This record gives sequence, C-alpha cells and structure tokens, in this order.
Amino acid sequence: MSNTASPETPGTSTVIPALEARGLGHSYGARQVLEGIDFSVLPGQFVCIVGPSGVGKTTLLRCLSGLQTATSGELRVLGKVAREPQPGVALVFQDYSRSLMPWSSVLHNITLPLRANGVSRKEAADRAYRALAQVGLADVVGEQYPWQLSGGMQQRVAIARALAYNPTVLLMDEPFASVDAQTRADLEDLVLGLQRRLGLTVTLVTHDIDESVYLSDRIVVLSGSPARVAEVVDVDLGTSRDQILTKSSAEFAALRTHVHGLVRAAAAVSPSTGTARTVVPS
Amino acid sequence: MNALRRTTSIVAIELWLPLTLVIIWWVVSEYVNSLYFPPLSVIMQSFAENWLNPENAAANLVPSLQVIFFGYALAVIGGIVLGATLGLVRPLERAVRPVVEAMRAVPGVALLPLFIVLFGIDQQMRILLVAYGATWPVLLNTLDGVRGVEPTLLDMSRAFRVGRARRLFGVILKSAGPQIFAGARIALAVTLIIMVVSETVGASGGVGYFLMTAKSEFRIASMWSAMVALGILGYLLNIIFRIAERYILRWHRLQQARLERTS
Repeated sequence: MSNTASPETPGTSTVIPALEARGLGHSYGARQVLEGIDFSVLPGQFVCIVGPSGVGKTTLLRCLSGLQTATSGELRVLGKVAREPQPGVALVFQDYSRSLMPWSSVLHNITLPLRANGVSRKEAADRAYRALAQVGLADVVGEQYPWQLSGGMQQRVAIARALAYNPTVLLMDEPFASVDAQTRADLEDLVLGLQRRLGLTVTLVTHDIDESVYLSDRIVVLSGSPARVAEVVDVDLGTSRDQILTKSSAEFAALRTHVHGLVRAAAAVSPSTGTARTVVPS
Repeated sequence: MNALRRTTSIVAIELWLPLTLVIIWWVVSEYVNSLYFPPLSVIMQSFAENWLNPENAAANLVPSLQVIFFGYALAVIGGIVLGATLGLVRPLERAVRPVVEAMRAVPGVALLPLFIVLFGIDQQMRILLVAYGATWPVLLNTLDGVRGVEPTLLDMSRAFRVGRARRLFGVILKSAGPQIFAGARIALAVTLIIMVVSETVGASGGVGYFLMTAKSEFRIASMWSAMVALGILGYLLNIIFRIAERYILRWHRLQQARLERTS
C-alpha cells in the first residue's frame, strides 16, 4: 500500500509545464483536504485525476482552476505562480444544467466569456460557431436555449464554450458523469479527438478508472485523508484509442488493474470517505 | 386563420366574465331604487363625461398617471439597486436587516402625514410616497433573487474571468429576473393604492381627488365612475406589465412550460 507521494523528478526537462502543483495543500478551516500535492501537466498532455469518492478531487480541480486558492504550496500555470483564475484556462463543470445560463441562447452562453475578455462581438460569434462545429453541433443550435437540448448536447455546448475561449489548459470536473453510457463514450471520444487535433492540454477529474485509463497520457491517483498523490501512472497506450480495441487490449487491462489497486488501497485508508468502495480481500 | 381563431378564443375567455357581470349589474341596477347604487346607465354617462371627455380626462387622469409613472419607476429602479446591493454585500445586509424589517412593516399610506410635513402637498410628495411604499416588494424580491443565483454560474463567471459589471448585469440580475418581476408586480398594486390615498389629501386633481370631491358633493354616480375608471386603469397597467414580462422573461415562461410538460 503506497501512501507516499511520488512526484516526477524535477529539472530533467526544459519544457515548462502547462500546469504544476508544488506541495499544494488545501484546508477548509481545521479540516485538511489536500496535502503536499505534487504533479505537473506538460503541454499537450491529457492527465486524469482519479481517487475514491470524497477524497478531494473536486477541491483539487478548483485549486487548479484558481477558483480556490491553495492554503499551502503553490500552483503554477505556464511557469507563473497563480492564485486566481488565469487567462487561457477554461473549465467544464460536471453539471451542465447548472453551468449553462438558462436565460441565454446557446450562442450567448458561449460568447459571454469572450465578450467579457475583450473579444469583439463579431469575432466572438465566429469563434462560437466554430466551436459548435468542433463539438459536432449545427449552427441552428446556437439560437436555442440550452435546456431545449438533450443532456449530451448541453455538455457539448459547455465544451464548446471552453473551446471558444482558446484555452491553453482545459480543466474538466467529472464532465461525463451526468450523461448515459453511450453519450459518455461519444463525449470521451469527442474530447480525446479535440485534444489530439487542437493540441490541447487537458486535466480531467473522474472517479471512473476505465475512463481515466482510456483518456490519459498520465494518471494522478489521489488517496488518503488529507489526500496526497499515491502515484503518478504513465499510460502508454499510444495516441489513437478506440472504445473497443483499446479497452480490450492487455495493456489496458494491466493499467486498469494497477489503478484499481491503488484506488482500493486508497479507499481502505480513507476513514472520512463514507461512500468509499468496500475492500474485498483477495 | 388558425391564429385568428386562437386570438378570438383568448379574447372570449378573458372577456366572458366581465361582460356577464356588467350585464347583470346593468339589469339589476335599473330596478334597484337605492341612492347609493345608481343605475349603471347613469354611471356610464358620468364616466363618459368625466373620463372620456378629453378636457376632464386630462384634469382627472394626468396627475394620477404622473404619480404612477414616476413613483413606480423610482420604486423599481431603487428596489433593484438597493436589493442587489444588500444581496451582494452580506455584512451590510445583516447590519440593516432589522431596520428593513421594521420599515417595510409600516404601510406606505401610514407615512402620508409625515411626507406632507416633509415635502408639502404637491405632486413631488405623492411621487416620493409611492416610490417609498412600492420599493419594498422589489427590494426584498431582488435581494432573494440575487442570493439565489446558482453558485456554479458564479464559479463559471469567475473561472472565465468575467468582470464585475458583466457578472452583475449579465448573470446575477438576469438570474434574479423572475423574482424581480414578481416583486414588481406586487409593487404595481401598491403603487395604485398609495396613488389614490395620497390624492385624497391636498390634491387639486387626479383620481383620488375626484373621488373625494364627488363623495363630499354627494355625486354618487361620479364616485362610481371613478371606481370604474380605476378598475380599467388597473387592468390596462397589468396588461402593459404582462407584455413586458412576456418579452423580458420569455426564456422563463418557455422553460416553465417545458417543465410542466415533462413532469
């Protein structure tokens, strides 16, 4: 059972990480949630953060987005210390029905952040329509209200909003947790494809181990209370992935088993997680 | 053709009850021999003379419309500004809450004597009294609405670095829109009440003034005509309000309709 952080060796690469947590910790009052989190996300990488329910994944993502300031350690975005939301960092929330504005058309939902950051009306609309096309939605959807669309389409709109923002780093908080299985697979492939095509840096939080292995170049496994990095797992499954082929490969199974073991061990040592998976001794 | 039929049926649904009541009133009042309940035919003659004749209508109606328009506008704007401020600045809200509770508990019309002492008996006093009394429902509803904004939307605004002004006008107030409108609807009723009562003292025109003089001169039919005029005025103001609401809160109406369909 590994409960010690294993940060990557620093200084071996001259590439500036797009996102870097250094000894990052967070506490709500006396309750320490995160402690000594060390990991980095290189430009163009797809990194998933996994861990048992309630371990503090969402808190970590909020710290990475700058919505919450870490109470210890530091967050660096493109090498610079960040204590608040940074330009070029876009966020996709878990619950599309809460993160999209019900009073605005889809188009206006996408352009609001752009207009707020000084993009002209015309360019904002152009970028919005381009982003809609990138997530596979037709132009006509732009005039509809988000709640007139299906759940999967709404989450596509939320992704389009993030894409139109031209992000260097895309943060996603359990983005596929509120949709059905088929839609989930479609959205996974959509995000994977966009990440490859646009060279995005993606950091995605999920509780689904299969999903994390399928999507990632690297998995950060959180464990314990307060949560630390149990292990950073490199995923070497190549750039092109397929829902059936990749998931039935031996490498996939091995990685999946490895991460499962880490998360189980994590659940076993997390006394505060009421919803933790039960530990079945084998 | 279809649209025409639908409009006709809406009009029919809206009008059948008032028309029936008017007919019953008309017929019954012809046979009731009471000083206080003159025949509707007589009331309508008085109505035509006092409220449709341009010269009289100007004297009787324009001062009231002034009070309604300016008083209500001040109330809505003031209520939104104060309500949003209190909703966004928690410590301030906590500090002034007891005062707010006490002040809104005092009916606006109870302050009429004080306002006369402070501002005299002209139009300005009446506008301020309406503004004061009608502010409360808007203020309290805006306060509630501003506080009830979906936290995820506030996170979204911050994460995408949306500035204060756009966050306030584009997210917070839009989100509070349905509640602000609910407050504004109550404020409209309050406006009419305070307008009439404030015109009963020291005014030289307006619906309230007309009512009082008709009463003291025992012109009962005129008195009734003023009440008919008030009823129609209230109905028309409500229609204007509803049109504004349908336009501005279109999203909300459609979303509610959808929720009703799917549940």
